[in-house]
Amino acid sequence: MDLFLPESGLVIWMLIAFLIVFVILAKAGWPMIMGAVEKRNAHISESLLAADEANKALAGIEQKKQETMAAAQAEQIRIMKESQELKAQVVEEAKQEARKEAEKIVADARLKIEKEQAEAMAQIKNEVIALSVDIAEKLLQRELSDKPSQSTYIEQLLKNNHPQIQA
Amino acid sequence: MKNVLKHSILFLFLALLTLAPSRGFAQDEEQPKKEKFDAKSFIFGHTGDSYCFHITEIHEHPVCVWLPVIVKCKDGSGWHCFSSKHVCELKEGETFNHKGANFFIEPINADKYPGKLVEVKTDSGISRPFDISFTKNAFGIFLVCAFLLAFFLPAAKKYKKDPMAKPTKYQGLVEWLTYTVLDGIIRPNIPEKKVKKFAPYLLTVFFFIFFSNLFGLIPFFPFSANVTGNLSITVVLALLTYFFVNVFGNKHYWKDILWPDVPIFLKAFPLMPIIELISTITKPFALMVRLFANILAGHIVIMVLMALIFIIGGMYGAGMGSVMSIVSIFMTIFMMVLELLVAYIQAYVFTILSSLFIGMAQHEPEHE
Repeated sequence: MDLFLPESGLVIWMLIAFLIVFVILAKAGWPMIMGAVEKRNAHISESLLAADEANKALAGIEQKKQETMAAAQAEQIRIMKESQELKAQVVEEAKQEARKEAEKIVADARLKIEKEQAEAMAQIKNEVIALSVDIAEKLLQRELSDKPSQSTYIEQLLKNNHPQIQA
Repeated sequence: MKNVLKHSILFLFLALLTLAPSRGFAQDEEQPKKEKFDAKSFIFGHTGDSYCFHITEIHEHPVCVWLPVIVKCKDGSGWHCFSSKHVCELKEGETFNHKGANFFIEPINADKYPGKLVEVKTDSGISRPFDISFTKNAFGIFLVCAFLLAFFLPAAKKYKKDPMAKPTKYQGLVEWLTYTVLDGIIRPNIPEKKVKKFAPYLLTVFFFIFFSNLFGLIPFFPFSANVTGNLSITVVLALLTYFFVNVFGNKHYWKDILWPDVPIFLKAFPLMPIIELISTITKPFALMVRLFANILAGHIVIMVLMALIFIIGGMYGAGMGSVMSIVSIFMTIFMMVLELLVAYIQAYVFTILSSLFIGMAQHEPEHE
């Protein structure tokens, strides 16, 4: 039954070789492999989490963007409407202003024309008066130098105009 | 039809292959001076340990790797170290003299010290010197150890250099192997906090046993040493497990052994503590015997199937030997495939039981 007895020499070799390998692998083998794999696992799960969060954030941003766009569109429409109204108002106001102005100008012009007309009429009257006075003066000067004819004329005038005063 | 043709060609090929050994036997019958085929020596010579690594034989001249013999004689001549060539090639009755001591190797079928180096005492008896020769199995151990270092250390170095780099295919293999054991065997049995502490031992044990088993199945140099089928190796592995269980066992473990929860009369007269103490020894003992017996049995079965060819050939002639060799080859292929399975299963069983025992010694009770 030699088969079932351990050999001291082989036991020693086995102990030496196995312990050397065990110590080397325990120091420089397994911890590196396990550490790296665990580190990578942690990194991967962290990255997945981060990606998930980023996706969520992205979805939020997308929604915000949509909202902002919708708001901007509404604002645009509102502003356009307002400006349309404003434009119409301004044009209306301008028209009224212009009309008023025109009316004022026309009224002024009429007043001036009337005034000038009146002035012109007054001047003409004055001139007519001066002219008639002048003529009358000249006539009077000439008529008065000739007494007989004066008398005849007066006679004649009297005769033509006032026949009842015939002397 | 095609399949039948294929199979018959294969059959013919195998039958032709068997002609070579059967012809050898035909010659044996013509030369009666040659010794008869000795199945016991053949089987135990191949499954046991040896001082030289026998590779093949060319023209009846053995081609061997001569390993060093290192012995310390008990008669006071001290240490002797020489090549096994001197003692392996001795004829019967011859001895090898080295520094005043005479050595020879007992034949494999001897009653005392079979296949071992013995020294001739002055009073013409024989005695066994203290023998730490670097034998075939020691060579096998160092081969597996060197392989483990060469296989796992470069990966570890790469991981240390840049743990975040994309792993290569080789690293993927190492990772897969490591994590099959770590997640499949170690983690289910050992508390999570202690995994880092015990994983290195259990991983080393697993891969040592696994690759030893595989190397033992490869039937040519430098493999084929029957490492795990040798009690000297399994006893060391079992002792290490015993060490890891008991030295790192916590106080609950020791309390359960020395003062278990049983009626006081069972432990006052220390019946239960004695049983528990014995059970701490029987557990690794079972580990040791299980691994050793399983691997040795597998090797013996394969060797027996091979020996059968020569036994049948010797008994009924070359024709029957040829027929037997066909049967034997198919049976051996089957056994080889089975042994591949056993190689993994035994490594798995040893590691899972070791981690179970270690884990039990680390267990913290939740109540109390």
